[in-house]
Amino acid sequence: MTTDSIIYPRVLPVGESALVIELADRIDLEVNQRIYDLAAAVEREGVPGVQELVPTYRSLLVRYDPLRAKFPDLARVLDELAQGAPSSRSAREQSRQTFEIPVVYGGEEGPDLATVAGHAGMTEDQVIAAHVGSIYRVYMLGFAPGFPYLGGLDPRIACPRLKTPRTRVPAGSVGIAENQTGVYPLSTPGGWQIIGRTPAPVFLPSREPPVAILPGSYVRFARISRGRALDIAEEVAQGSYSLPLRRR
Amino acid sequence: MGRLRVVSPGPLTTTQDQGRFGYSRYGVSISGAADTHALTIGNMLVGNPANAAAIEVTFGATEFEFLDESVFALTGADLAASFNGAPAPLNQTIAAIPSDRVSFQSPKTGFRAYLCLAGGVDVPPTLGSRSTYLAAGIGGHEGRALRTDDVLHTGLSDRPVHTGRRASPSLLPRYGADITVRVIAGPQSDRFSETGLKIFYSSAYTVTDKSDRQGVRLDGPIIEAVAGYDIVSDAVVTGAVQVPGDGKPIVLLADRQTTGGYPKIGVVATVDVPLLAQVTPGSVVRFHPISVEEAQDETRRAIAALAAAVFEEPELQVTEMLVDGVPYRLELALPQAPARHLRATALVNGVRRVVGAEVL
Repeated sequence: MTTDSIIYPRVLPVGESALVIELADRIDLEVNQRIYDLAAAVEREGVPGVQELVPTYRSLLVRYDPLRAKFPDLARVLDELAQGAPSSRSAREQSRQTFEIPVVYGGEEGPDLATVAGHAGMTEDQVIAAHVGSIYRVYMLGFAPGFPYLGGLDPRIACPRLKTPRTRVPAGSVGIAENQTGVYPLSTPGGWQIIGRTPAPVFLPSREPPVAILPGSYVRFARISRGRALDIAEEVAQGSYSLPLRRR
Repeated sequence: MGRLRVVSPGPLTTTQDQGRFGYSRYGVSISGAADTHALTIGNMLVGNPANAAAIEVTFGATEFEFLDESVFALTGADLAASFNGAPAPLNQTIAAIPSDRVSFQSPKTGFRAYLCLAGGVDVPPTLGSRSTYLAAGIGGHEGRALRTDDVLHTGLSDRPVHTGRRASPSLLPRYGADITVRVIAGPQSDRFSETGLKIFYSSAYTVTDKSDRQGVRLDGPIIEAVAGYDIVSDAVVTGAVQVPGDGKPIVLLADRQTTGGYPKIGVVATVDVPLLAQVTPGSVVRFHPISVEEAQDETRRAIAALAAAVFEEPELQVTEMLVDGVPYRLELALPQAPARHLRATALVNGVRRVVGAEVL
């Protein structure tokens, strides 16, 4: 079966206590916005049995209590909502938010900046200018707590992953892998080209919600000095820091 | 309230409850007991709410010392556990007094055992759960696996439990080295060829040693996809069977990530996930298709069985007396050997306090 013959939206079981509503099979801003609109609609309707929603690029996972809802009934309700999926104020409001992530580029914090510049045939400053010059859609969070799947990287600075992944990438590292860019929330092994580091934590387990960047919003990067990074680290330690937020 | 000291932590011993729900959209894994059913049974035995935290012991080579009186139950895998050197009964409450020791040697049946303490393990909840989330270093005891000389505290137990209380064998899944789990067709089952699907549902897959709390990685016949093994990443659930580029299935467990980019050929029915949490490397796993409706019926039946569960209570001989004006209650419980037990309780200021307990 080819994916062309599928009619969207479609609702599929994901085991006996979850289902997924797919709106398309591609990464697309408009499709993704409809996913967040749909999530908001499901929350607003208070559909019985629904326990948790996980919006992703082009689908919405709905975890539900199988004792309170049967798959066909719930699928019908959600399919109707997906057909309508009227844009909600809260989802639209969220999509107007742009979080600004302060980044120290290059040097110790961005050991692969030179590699990315070499690959792009640009200077390091031009790479940085391209990275801070885009506004990125936060299509979803996943992979690690608070990790944003961002869309909108300037294609000129796209770069393949490292041939040999590092055993440890410090938390806050900002990297590029193919046409993706993102921030490592935790110190983990990783194969992305690291071009900088943010002193701002993106995973905040003691806060509600526990993340600095909300899914369905936007992000831009801002170049800061090491001195400013130290100030921010101090504010973070005192609990008085939150990412600058702009409205579009 | 009681304390428990880690004498030997074994390869991986963590504090887990039923899991951290409600944060998947933020990329926060569920974590929680790999075998939630064993945790539930243990909590029911010791009189805890189903979501109380317990200690998950992996493989064995693990020992604990009780620093206070406690009532506990061992559930899940048979890791050749012993209590003060004698074989410890599973799925049964046992009373401990200070300096008693419980230890786990190595797997006889299953892979993960649960030490469930009356009152539950009292660690501060993080994002609504006491589960250890190893990858993020949060939850449980300081966000990490237990180490030698860690001391865990238990919460208050408001429901006194007798030793020798037992779970009926009908409540316990049959863990084994050759299991068949029931699978609901996955959201990307149409990404596999007819031959691929046939192979998946008819082959015996072997559990590899690369399996962990994130997932059971299997080896066996390659499952053929029709349009590649990459999908637009979307949300996954526990029990999801992913097939990455090598064509060998991976079944996701408690520490799985929240999203994934491999097609999901199926999802193991929740009632069968505990079987997968208990397989050892080299074990054989087979997949049997069922419908969503059947799986929902199974879930309903399993929950009804737990709700209706009546535990076998030990026969108690009770004597009440006054000693120096203080009312004492003497309980003599004589259930199955070796858990013979004597307990004296004093009523002081209206609160029952165990003043002496001994395993005879």
